[in-house]
This record gives sequence, C-alpha cells and structure tokens, in this order.
Amino acid sequence: MAATVPGPREHTADYTWISRKERESLIKNIGVETRRVAPRGVTAADLCVAAAERLLENLNWDRREIELLIFVSQSPDHLVPATACIVQNRLGLPHSCIAFDVGLGCSGYVYGLSLAGSMMQSGASKKALLMVGDISTLTTSYRDKSTYPLFGDGGTVTALEFNQKAPEMHFNLQTDGAGYRALIIPDGGARNRMSRKSFDIRKVSKGMYRSRLHLQLDGIEVFNFSLREVVPNVKSLLKHAEQTMDGIDYLVFHQANRLITETLRKMLKVDPARVPYSLKEYGNTSGASVPLTMVTQLRNQLTTGRLQLLLSAFGVGLSWGSVLLETDRIVCPEVIEFTK
Amino acid sequence: MDIDTFIKRIEEEFDDLKPGVLKPGTRFREVVEWNSINALILIAMIKTEYDVTLTADDLIQSKTINDISSRITSRMEP
Repeated sequence: MAATVPGPREHTADYTWISRKERESLIKNIGVETRRVAPRGVTAADLCVAAAERLLENLNWDRREIELLIFVSQSPDHLVPATACIVQNRLGLPHSCIAFDVGLGCSGYVYGLSLAGSMMQSGASKKALLMVGDISTLTTSYRDKSTYPLFGDGGTVTALEFNQKAPEMHFNLQTDGAGYRALIIPDGGARNRMSRKSFDIRKVSKGMYRSRLHLQLDGIEVFNFSLREVVPNVKSLLKHAEQTMDGIDYLVFHQANRLITETLRKMLKVDPARVPYSLKEYGNTSGASVPLTMVTQLRNQLTTGRLQLLLSAFGVGLSWGSVLLETDRIVCPEVIEFTK
Repeated sequence: MDIDTFIKRIEEEFDDLKPGVLKPGTRFREVVEWNSINALILIAMIKTEYDVTLTADDLIQSKTINDISSRITSRMEP
C-alpha cells in the first residue's frame, strides 16, 4: 500500500479566523496541528495515481494483470464520467479491467476492501487496485471553524492479490441514512440543483459562515453517532471472528478527531500504544485516513512482520464499518509528497 | 450519582476551572467559555464515566450543573 499527500501545509496555529485560545484548544482537544492542502487543480485521483505509480514500481506488477480498479472518493475529477475510468487509462491498465467509483467518505477504506475482496473471491480478477482519497479542503469554508481546521487532503492505493491460502478478512459494515444531514453539502446535486443562491455565504452561528456548496458538519450529532455505534460494531465483529482485543496488534481508527477516537479507545479499553494517529500531522483525511495512518505510523511494522489489525471507520452517510485482517510483510513505500 | 464527584470530573476536564468555583447551582456557561469543543469535551466525559449520551438539545435545555446531573441520572441504568 502507498499514500500521497499534497506538499502545501497549513498550521492550525496560523488559522487566525479564530482566537489564539480557540486554536490552542483545537490543537489540544481535536488533535490537528497541520494539514496538507491540495493546490487548485490537484485532484484526489492525482494523489492516488502518484501513489499507484510508486507502488506498482515497487511491486513490479505486470499492469496487464490488473483487472479491477475501485476508486472510493467524494471528490471525483468530474461529475461525469466516473474517475476510475480515467484512472484506468492513466495507469495503462488493460481494457479487461473493471473500473468504477464508490461515493463514500470516512468509511470508504473498509467498504472498499470488502468490495474488492468479495469481487476477487468471485473470480473477477486476481489483482486489484483499491484507491481511496479525497480533497476535502475543496469544500470547506475558511470562515467555518467547525470544518476548515479539521480536514486535510490525501490519496492512497492498496494493491490486492488473490491468494486461496490467505487468512480470512472479517467485516462488519453498517449504515444509518436517517443521519444523512449530519455531514452534507446541500446543493450541487440533483436534489438541490446549483443556483446563484447556492453561492451565498450565510452566517450560521458565531465563527461559522458558509454557502450551500460548502461542507456542513453537525459536530455533536456525528460525535454521538460515533460513540453510539462504533464500539458495538467492533465488539460484534470480534465476537463473530472469535477474536479478542488482546489478539490485535493495532487498532486503526478513522482520524475523525482526537476527542472521538480517544473516547472510543477508552470505551474499548485499548492502551494508547496500539492506537496510532496521523491526525496531528495530516488532519481528518476522510476515507484516506485509515490507510494514511497505516503508511505513516505503522510502515516499519507492516513491512517487517506479521500483524493482526482491526480497522474501524465511521462518518458521512451515516456509514460505518470495521475489518479484522492480517498482513504479512507488505510492500509499503514511504509517504509520497505530491509535486506537480 | 454523586454530584461532588461529577463536579470534580468536570474540573479535571477544563483547565480554566479553578477547583471550588463550580457548585451544583452554577450556570456552567458563565464559568466555562462555551463553544462546540467544550460541549464535546463534556459529552465525551459523561459518555465515558456514566455511559450516558447527552444531545445538543440536552445541553440547550440545561442551565446549571444540577440540570445536567439530573439528565444523566434519569438515563443511567439502575
């Protein structure tokens, strides 16, 4: 697996839209110190393709053998066509390649793994690429303190090869669409078509100004959803797989914010050393956050040994899921910094 | 639930709070700078300590420490 982040960095300490005290509280409690922000014109697909080029080079795979490409993102290159089709051509993958997009955010990596795994098991392809990435900063309003200082950009790729003898992956995937308004960009789709009014910036509350084309985040709603759903989801997965938390080397959470993940960690009674964070350096990178955390925080362990991992991701949808899997000395180059 | 323990836990969470300032009848928005992060800190502490979920509406309806404590008590498993 590989991950790419844009070069430009923004520091929470420099976010002068809010007071110094608020910035300090944000860094301490939400846990984001710096974020990578894609320059105009750089897309999630660009980051994922850069990661894929490096990974394919390291793996020395014959591209003609890759017959499945899944691109999981909420920031496609265009509204039409699917970005995966464009990426198939950019990477020089064969015409026999199945390529499609999945429009999920925070939970996207776990969903993508499940989808790729089951398609490969049914014989769709022996080799597959799962790309998960987002340019979330494209849709956050600078004058909205509830979103702007949280999100960072990133793109990842995971190369999967079917092996009959590989240990099983166990999944527990869930959805509750009743909460779809908790994280939403209201306009620009077919439900609320883009209009002149979509661009109007309105004051929502103190320190929060945004348009209907900006991401809206109901912090308390998402917080309570995460605390209500993630722990039962993880416990039920462990029970199904006849596994215990003691048997897990690392629990990798979606990097939502530190308050959420630390509360979940305490609820699951896992010691901090087994719960890695990339939040401090990269912020919340949406669906890319789980693989980006693995690449940046666990690279040595992933490349040198066998690991039992529990990955758990949750958010926009509302959609959430966990996977139990084993890795064994995987190929994982250092995180790539994107330059055009 | 013991109100003194609850107050002590709140004092531990918020650096700005001097011990002894908070009383059961204190209007918490007057002693803690009230913003979304502080709301999340309080919700997280209550979930971890008492396994009770406080909503945005609960916070809007509550004025004092006692108000919050009553809401927690009413939802705690016997």
